[in-house]
Amino acid sequence: MVRTLLIRGMLVGVVAAVLAFVVAKILGESQVGHAIAFESAHEVAQTAHEPEPVSRTVQSTIGLFTGLLVFGVAIGGLFSLAYACAQGRLGALRARATAGLVALAGFVGVYLLPDLKYPANPPAVGNPDTIGERTSLYFSMMLISLAVVIGGCVAARRLAPRFGGWDAALLSAAGGLVVVGLAYYVLPGVDETPEGFPADVLWRFRIASLTIHATVWATVGLLFGALTERANRTVPAVTPAPAPTLAGERPVASSGGSPVASGA
Amino acid sequence: MAHPSVLDAPAVPAPLPTIPLSELAPFAIFGSILALVLLYFVGAEQGAMSIVGGSNVHEFVHDARHLLGFPCH
Repeated sequence: MVRTLLIRGMLVGVVAAVLAFVVAKILGESQVGHAIAFESAHEVAQTAHEPEPVSRTVQSTIGLFTGLLVFGVAIGGLFSLAYACAQGRLGALRARATAGLVALAGFVGVYLLPDLKYPANPPAVGNPDTIGERTSLYFSMMLISLAVVIGGCVAARRLAPRFGGWDAALLSAAGGLVVVGLAYYVLPGVDETPEGFPADVLWRFRIASLTIHATVWATVGLLFGALTERANRTVPAVTPAPAPTLAGERPVASSGGSPVASGA
Repeated sequence: MAHPSVLDAPAVPAPLPTIPLSELAPFAIFGSILALVLLYFVGAEQGAMSIVGGSNVHEFVHDARHLLGFPCH
């Protein structure tokens, strides 16, 4: 069971990577090009660009694709494991709704919440001397966001029997927002955009980044859900086993929709 | 997937079978570790820290790293 889901997740991740590559090529590469042009024109600091051990052509084609492919497969695999854990535990949801919600939670936890605090930066933006600090801040924020999203889902499930699915989800989301807001407030900001860097390029680059992630997560969630739904329907007829009603495993949450919280 | 409890008419959403956490754990642990190593090489190797050395990994996945939002350099 888990094996099938894991393989499906990784394959769906490959498809997601291909679509993300198309989006990155159309929306992202032009902005990366503008940013590098700015960098060379202004000789911004001593970024790692001078020696160019890898050509721009390789970076913007096979390098970009490889990076997205590895990312897609890893995310697809992790997603399928999260789905395997969520299946049947989010109330009376079918496979595609479950997959959609897990993907939404992943998008919010892995990308949206960390990115709102530490947004994606094109080349030329960011001081190479602070890369260590920025890296640890970024991954700390990602860990906090993921913990909030997962914690929110667990909390919503616990609260569902008492408040109903809808209110439980709202309560958990509100709690998650408070924690994330606190993290945003406590963690230091990063303001390293060089003087004169075109604001439009920065904006479009960040929108491109957001769209790439949205493409990955939407493809993974929707395609995985559709395939799992189809596989479930074509299961050969066997006498239904007695439903495993472990206490607490399946809270009655059908009254108010899904008890899952996006965590934000 | 040999789970029989989804045999009802498609219009009626039967609860999906849960997968026992004990069955999930080995996949989750090994899979997560493997996936995190992959994400590390796309997202962070030769940025703040370096295992392989040099800058070829960094430069090769350079555009993907920027566009995926990881701190690059």
